[in-house]
Amino acid sequence: MKRWLAAVAFGLTLTGAAHAAIDTYEFANDAERARFRELTQELRCPKCQNQDIADSNAPIATDLRREIFRMLGEGKDNQQIIDFMVDRYGDFVRYKPALTSTTLVLWFGPLALLVGGLVVIGVIVGRRRRTEPVAGSDTLSAEERQRLDTLLDKTKDD
Amino acid sequence: MRRWLMLVPLVVFLGMAGFLYKGLYLDPTELPSTMIGKPFPAFSLPSVEGDKTLTEADLKGKPALVNVWATWCVSCKVEHPVLTKLAAQGVVIYGVNYKDINADAKKWLQEFHNPYQLDINDEAGSLGLNLGVYGAPETFLIDSQGIIRHKFVGVIDERVWREQLAGKYQALVDEAKP
Repeated sequence: MKRWLAAVAFGLTLTGAAHAAIDTYEFANDAERARFRELTQELRCPKCQNQDIADSNAPIATDLRREIFRMLGEGKDNQQIIDFMVDRYGDFVRYKPALTSTTLVLWFGPLALLVGGLVVIGVIVGRRRRTEPVAGSDTLSAEERQRLDTLLDKTKDD
Repeated sequence: MRRWLMLVPLVVFLGMAGFLYKGLYLDPTELPSTMIGKPFPAFSLPSVEGDKTLTEADLKGKPALVNVWATWCVSCKVEHPVLTKLAAQGVVIYGVNYKDINADAKKWLQEFHNPYQLDINDEAGSLGLNLGVYGAPETFLIDSQGIIRHKFVGVIDERVWREQLAGKYQALVDEAKP
């Protein structure tokens, strides 16, 4: 038990160190720190293909982190900061893209595919149910039996 | 079952295939610039030589290339002789020295010719940020009113100039003539 506690304590010191490496800024309060973290994780580094700016070591990401910190200090709200970035780098920098005519497919494409799939399944199931013979009819009628016999005879002749 | 329904999977497949085939030839590192059609951002920065202060008003008057470069940028070195050649042909080029060490930039311009009619020293990267620069070299095409009309990311070589930029630049020059 003691050893286990020690391991947990050691783990905690490690996470502390990791955070210290990211946060080189002095925030006025915890709310601001939380917003900084949220914004840097929501904005994509323009230079790197798939890293947020909190995560990236690219010089441009460092610059953008500094800009976000500066704007937070100026009391700008999240939307203003995101707009500032989108003005310069386009919708690319947003991991949560705004709903515009060009992003409609992005937002609703998966939903449309899901609905389309459900419709197809519905049609198939519905059709199968309709053509399914009525309950208790898994025995052949006399007429059907006769037809089966002729068919089987035919194959026998071949 | 209706016959035409059997074609649906084929049509869907062809649509997807066409879409993905096009995607094969798109460059994901190329971002569409948000600056097209907007005026060159306001700035007030020293020149690389340090002898004067430059503002966005200095860029107006003639259509020009605004080239964002730095000595730490390896491909800028590749691009430099091409720009020098273009400048010799009479193409107006302004330089933005982006996040660079001033002494290095001066040395570079002395050693490898200076194709730039104006050298803007953007040491802090503030102009670069307002331009939406994400990596040098980047080149903006501005018209005589200082409106950004086109952006090219990457090295301008002879072929890029001939096939992509020369025509656009010439169009701006023609447009500027009354």
